[in-house]
This record gives sequence, C-alpha cells and structure tokens, in this order.
Amino acid sequence: MNRALRRKWTLTAVAWAVALLAFFPIFWMVLASFKTEIEAVSTPPRLFFRPTIENYFVVQARADYLKFAWNSIVISFGSTLLALAIAVPASYAMAFSPTKRTKSTLVWMLSTKFLPPVGVLVPVYLIFRDTGLLDVRTGLLIVYTLINLPIVVWMLFSFFKEVPREILEAGRMDGAVAWGEIYHLLLPLSLPGVASTSLLAIILSWNEAFWSLNLTAANAAPLTAFIASFSSPEGLFWAKLSAASTMAIAPILVFGWMSQRQLVRGLTFGAVK
Amino acid sequence: METAAAPANAPAPARRAARRGGRDKTLLLKLPSVLLLLAWSTIPLAMTLWFSFQRYNLLNPEERGFLGIENYHFLLTDTGLATAIWNTLLLVGWVLLVTVGLGTLLAVLFDQDFFGRGVARVLLIAPFFVMPTVSALVWKNLLMHPVNGLFAFLLHSVGLPTIDWFADLPLTAIIIMVAWQWLPFAALILLTAIQALDPERKEAARMDGAGPISMFFFIILPHLARPIGVVVMIESLFLMSIFAEIFVTTSGGPGLASTNLPFLIYRYALLDFDVGGASAGGVLAIVLANVVAIFLMRSVARNLEA
Amino acid sequence: MANVKIDNVRKSFGDVEVIKGVSLEIADREFVVFVGPSGCGKSTLLRLIAGLEEITSGDVFIDGVRMNDVASAKRGLAMVFQSYALYPHMSVADNMGFSLRLARVPKEEREKKVREAARILQLEPLLARKPKELSGGQRQRVAIGRAIVRNPKVFLFDEPLSNLDAALRVQMRIELTRLHDELAATMIYVTHDQIEAMTMADKIVVLQAGVIEQVGSPLDLYHHPHNLFVAGFIGSPKMNFLRGTVTGSKDGAVSVRLAVGEALDVSAEAGHASEGAPVTLGVRPEDFTVGEGGLLRGEVLVVERLGGSTFLHVKTGSGDLLTVQADGDSPVRMHDRIGLQVRPGDCHLFDQTGLAIPRISRHPLAGEKPASTGRAVT
Repeated sequence: MNRALRRKWTLTAVAWAVALLAFFPIFWMVLASFKTEIEAVSTPPRLFFRPTIENYFVVQARADYLKFAWNSIVISFGSTLLALAIAVPASYAMAFSPTKRTKSTLVWMLSTKFLPPVGVLVPVYLIFRDTGLLDVRTGLLIVYTLINLPIVVWMLFSFFKEVPREILEAGRMDGAVAWGEIYHLLLPLSLPGVASTSLLAIILSWNEAFWSLNLTAANAAPLTAFIASFSSPEGLFWAKLSAASTMAIAPILVFGWMSQRQLVRGLTFGAVK
Repeated sequence: METAAAPANAPAPARRAARRGGRDKTLLLKLPSVLLLLAWSTIPLAMTLWFSFQRYNLLNPEERGFLGIENYHFLLTDTGLATAIWNTLLLVGWVLLVTVGLGTLLAVLFDQDFFGRGVARVLLIAPFFVMPTVSALVWKNLLMHPVNGLFAFLLHSVGLPTIDWFADLPLTAIIIMVAWQWLPFAALILLTAIQALDPERKEAARMDGAGPISMFFFIILPHLARPIGVVVMIESLFLMSIFAEIFVTTSGGPGLASTNLPFLIYRYALLDFDVGGASAGGVLAIVLANVVAIFLMRSVARNLEA
Repeated sequence: MANVKIDNVRKSFGDVEVIKGVSLEIADREFVVFVGPSGCGKSTLLRLIAGLEEITSGDVFIDGVRMNDVASAKRGLAMVFQSYALYPHMSVADNMGFSLRLARVPKEEREKKVREAARILQLEPLLARKPKELSGGQRQRVAIGRAIVRNPKVFLFDEPLSNLDAALRVQMRIELTRLHDELAATMIYVTHDQIEAMTMADKIVVLQAGVIEQVGSPLDLYHHPHNLFVAGFIGSPKMNFLRGTVTGSKDGAVSVRLAVGEALDVSAEAGHASEGAPVTLGVRPEDFTVGEGGLLRGEVLVVERLGGSTFLHVKTGSGDLLTVQADGDSPVRMHDRIGLQVRPGDCHLFDQTGLAIPRISRHPLAGEKPASTGRAVT
C-alpha cells in the first residue's frame, strides 16, 4: 500500500472511531428501544439480542405521549411560522432599503438573545400566570417566537442580501413591486435560505429546555418536559423510555443533518459563514 | 452656447425626490419585530429589577414591601451563591476547554479526505441535535447508572470499582454530558471555518516546506483564531444558562454540589417561591451575561456586512 | 415618438456628488452611447433615467413628461443589464413574458409577443430552457428579448457586452446595430469601450467625473475633440501629445515650436493663443508618416505587428514616447532610428487649459458643428 493510501486508511480509522464514540450514547439508546425491559437493564449489557418493536407500539398507544408529541409539533412549527411572518418583511426592508441604523438594529436584535432566561424567569412566570398563559401551548409558542425572532431575522437578512441586486432591479423594471417582488422573485430565489432558517428555528424550539420545563405542566408540555418527568428511575421503564426518546429526537436529527451547513451561519449569528 | 455641463458654482435648487413615502413604508415592515423584541427585552427586565428590591414571596403574596438592597445583601452573603458561581465557572470552563480543544483537532481531522467522511460527519454532529432532557436521561440511566449503566459494567469488567457518578462526582458528570452535547457545535463551526481557508495558502505553505505540524500551528491555528473566539463566546453565553441537564439528573445535588447560578435562582423562584431573592439573583446573572455579551457583540457587529 | 430630455440633473450619494449638472437631449430613434472611464457616472446617469436611483435635483423628461417621481416600470423603458439579470428559476419564455404577466396581459397575447421577440433574436429553440443551461451570448439575447417584449419607448443598455469574449462581442455589436435598425427604437447605451461607442452610436456622450465633456457624432468627436480628455479618450491607440509654444500666427495657421525643437504650422484658428503661450500638440498615431527626415526623430523601442498594420513605439530625443501606426509591411525594426512627418491639417492644438483651438476646416464626414460644446478640462 502506498503512503497516501495508508495515510487515508489511518485517518479513516481514527475519524470513524471518534465519530462512533460520539454517536455511541445515541446508538445505545436506540438499541435499548428495541430490547425488552429485562434486557434493557441486564448486566452485562447485551449487544446482541432479538429485537422487538413492541416498545414503540406501546408508547404510541399511550394517549399522553401523542398529546405531548403533538404539543411539540404545534409549538415548534407554529412559533417558526409566526417568526417567519414577522421577520420576512423586516429582513426584506433591512436588506434592500438599508438605512444608517440598519446595522445597529440587527446587532441590537441579536443582543436580546444574550439575556439569560433565568434572569427573567420570575416576571415571565408571573405574567403568564396572571394572563392564563401558563401550561397553555400559546404561551410557549409566544415565548419561542420571541426568542427565535432575532436569529430568523438575521438569517433571512443575510440570505436576502445574497440575491443579486440586478435581478431584483430587472424585476422592478418589469413592474414587480413590494409584495410582487417578494412573492415572484425574492422568496423563490432565497428558498434554500428560508428553508434552512425555518429548520433551525424548528430545531431550536423543539429542543428548548428551560421555558418548556418551567412554563408547562400536564397540558401543554412538549416532549422535552414529558421526557424530563421520567427523571426518577423506575427500573422497568428504560426500553419504553428509549423508544419514546428515539421518536422524540429522530425528526430533529434528520432536520439537523439536512441543514448543517447553513446552520453554522445562524448558530454563530453570522460571525462565521 | 454651453448646454452640456453647468458651471460648478451655479446654484442648484435642492429638490428632493419624494423620499418620505419610501421611508415610512419600510418602517412599517420593521415595526412588528422591533416592537415585540423591545417589549420582550425591556418589560421582564424592568420587572425583575423592580422585584429585586421588593419583599415578595408567592407563599405570602400579601406581605409586600420595599426592601431596598436587602435582597442583594442576602444573596451576596449566601454561601450558596459562591458555590453556585464557582460551579458555573467550572462547568463553563471545563466544557469550553474540552469542546474547543477537541473540537479544533476534530475539525482538522474531518477536513481531511477519508472514506465515508460524509456519514462519519453526520454521526459526529448528531449529539448537538438531541434534546437536553433526552441526553440527560440517556447518560444518567443507560450509561452512568451505578447498577445498570454501561460504564459500571465496563469498569467492573476491568476490575475497577464502579463510580456512582451523580452521588460522588455530580458536577463532573454534568460536565461530561454537556461537553458531549456541545462538542459537535464547536467541531462543526471550526470545520466550516477551516474549509473556508484558501487552498492556495495551504499549497503555498507546502511548497515552502511546511509539514502537517507546522501547517497546523502557522496556517490553520491563526486562521481559526477568530472563529475560536466566536465559539468561545457563544458557548459561554449558553453554557452559563445550563439548566435542563441539572434539573433532570441531580436537581443541583447532592446539596449544592452541582448547582449552578441558573439552577440556584430557579430554586429561589419556583421551589422557595422567593420572588424577591430570585429577582436579585436574576439581575446578577444578567450582569454576568452582559460582560460576555459585550465581547461577542463587537465580533458580530464587525462581521455584519454579510 | 420617444425623445428623452435630461435637464441639469445632479445626483449625490450622501456627501459625494457623482453627477454634477448634466443636460442632454436625445432625439427619437437615436442610438446614443454614454462613454467614459470607470467612475465617470455613465451607469449612474442611465440608472437615473431608468428610475433605479433617485434624482437629487434636476429633471428627466420622456416625450415631454416629467419622470422624476414615476416608477421605473411605468416610464415606458426597458433595460438590459450588464450581468443580464435573468430570473434563474424561470424558463426563457417566462423570463421574457414576466413583465406582461405582471401587467396581467392575457396568456395568448403574452405568448404571441414572446414568440415574436424570440423570432427576432433566434431564440425559438431555447424557449423552454432555464438560464443556467444557456451560453453567455444566448443569455444576452434573452435579456434583450425581455426588453423587446415590453415594446418600450426607449431601450437602456448597461455595458451589455462586457461579460462576453472578444469574438462574441464583435458579433453582438453587429446584431445590436441591426436590431436598432429593425426596431427603429431610441437606444441609450453605456460602455467604457470607445470602440463600441464609435461603431454603434449615432451620437456619443463623453463623460468624466460626473460631467459631460462633449456630445457629438463619432467622427465629430474623432476629428474635432473639444479638449485633451476627449482627444485622448476617443481613438485607439491613444493620440500622441507633445508640448510646445506658440511662435506666431498667420492667416490659416498657427506656428508652433515644439519642446523638442522643431517648428511647424498647424491649421488652426489664430487668435486663441498668444505668442509665447504654451500649447499641446496632438497627433493621432495614424496621422504620422515614417520617413528619413521630418518633424521628429526617435528610436523605435517596440514594434507591434498585427499583420494588417504595425504599431511603433518611438522614443524621441526629448524623452516623449510616441505611438505611430505604420503599414503592415513596414520594414522598421526595433532600435531603428526613424523620422516622423505629419501634415499640418492633421494636427490638433490645445491651449494651456486643455481646450481645443478650433481647426481651420471641419472634416467633411464630421457633420455640422453641433450647438453644444464641452467643458474644458482644467
């Protein structure tokens, strides 16, 4: 084997070892979801066994799991749509009619994300309690819209700016104005960017684990809170819990995998592209 | 005779084209976002500030009154606070060290060409997308459980005593969990940054005789200086607010061993129902976060030319 | 009818004024070219006419109607952009029909107009393709087709040929001229290439630093440049400039002594420069003749042979570097010492402010002397 090939194989071995190691806990959990409860907690832990999908059926049959899953879906997608609706006009305005204050406005918007949630836990909790938004999906939806809005605005802004100016000018010469411009030209041309922005917002909402734990209870809890409620061990539960967890994280893993490149932009607030 | 250029000193009536209409239109487009974020960032903050000077306990809501800085006094003399802040620093510091250090190496590794690179990358990145509560439970029950966990089994099979992670080394356990979750973040960001490095620069270095070590220290690392700075700052901001992992595994215990600042405040607020005290703590957390944020904002603002 | 009038237009970006009071009239069906070096404001002027930038002061009229506050799409214009600016997610047919679709023209009529434009530009087989599947020249034609479909009063072109390779550029130049003839439309064309200007324009507007230097037909500018800038800008290779002093004048000629030492009589009007005044003599490379003796002598530093003609770069005794156009068969070689001769009627004379001293007679092909004159370069 020549040197280059040998080097490549060494790299492959090392990189795959690291990747498998990093992925292992997830793998182990998914594995557990296919075991029986006895097998899941057996000592020594079994790598090879007869898999069963019974756990998945049991979990799905539980009415409350579906309810919490639905909560996650409604809250994540709902807050993302709302954030998009509010952000698209703003990003459009800032990308194509920039003023002297545009840059500082964007920076300020991003700065609202630097507020530690625990710092405003008390007032938000009290306001929600007094306005009936505690343990209600709408409450959490509003919070998520607000905390994701800066990232959505920023990402859309940066994607909109990448649309060649001349194409939009040609559109203007052809008669496309404002909403026509957005609908016919801007959105189709920035569709990948809008898609990855939406995916990031959905991922952030789905995985959010501070407000979801503190502002919801039996009714509006999304999957994060539902799974957290099993923090006290009860031995015979792990296989089913693993199944529930696998279902809870699977869609996000797919979303994340699909948009990893573009996520970097949103995750670093544009500081790295 | 002269119809081409007017002489430079001729007065030109400053007739502005109707700009006013255009400016209003974009203001309307921006208004919802700006107003909403303004409300979100100021009203709760103002309330926290207000409460921090009040005596207010949800168990005795009638007994309200102005306390001055007594909440702060109580907070700052609470030994629990010192522990919480120290734990926060340990948590943030260690996770940063592991994620950035290891993340840099992984970024360099995954920049190389090897078999199945795409799939390996997906596997590496996965932990970041797992929700914190799930990852906490996986670590707590499947891996670190002193009886049923995989680690117990592995240690046992090489003759080492099992570690009761969450009883004996709670903060360490949390650090391991959080580092596992955030390593992909650092690796992904830094990998993206490395791939933005101009290949011609690397080639020029190679022509100059740079081997892999020199390449790393003289070309790659300087190039990564800025992205590493960004990663450090962003991670710090989020790591200072770690909550779910503690909530799900140790509840801050045993005692205060794994309590960080957010969890301490949470305890004041929703376990002790001490709104006043929690608010003072909240103000402290905000101040600390602002210190880090100032550095991050400057870096972001510099890059905002998109 | 589609004439354009620009009245004392100024444009500032913030504190920087880029168009400094430009006035111009463009007649119906004229092919007008705005030409000038980078940053002279030609594209900005075009965009002001198009409505893509707002006018700071002054007025633009199209067919007598003031257009300052009218939206771009409603000015009766169509623009071809330098980068073509085609809509990448639409087919060629949709690209061309987009403006009609926005104007809610019924589908049948829309398709008819698109087909007609496609026929003129030979785009019929490409109608279903997307822009990324087309070559540069094809994209160029789609951009033109998009403009034709709108049946505008005035066509605006913003450096449309800059992104094409040399051979394609020559071909498109011919097509555009032919198109102008076939459509009988007013066309305003911006370029930095003076060859495009010379070959295509009915009227050339030379701009520099936001100001019009001269307006006239190509040969008018070639034979009667108003100042040093226009003289040096029009004509390739560039005109040669030599310093000299006026030694006297007589009827029909001005006597000039060159810094190099030789004297000659130039066919320029007397009375514009007094005796002893410094002047600049301008001679185009093609107006020099190579001989043994002559007005100037120098050493040939570089010989560029193009086959059909030869360019000699000659260094004179006073250190000036002159460009001389000689025959394709010229026997001159590097390091030869040669003499250069020029006819007095072929010389240009410029006073110390850079303004041209009018020549005795107008060149027969240069047309009538226009009413407008350019501003002097200081």
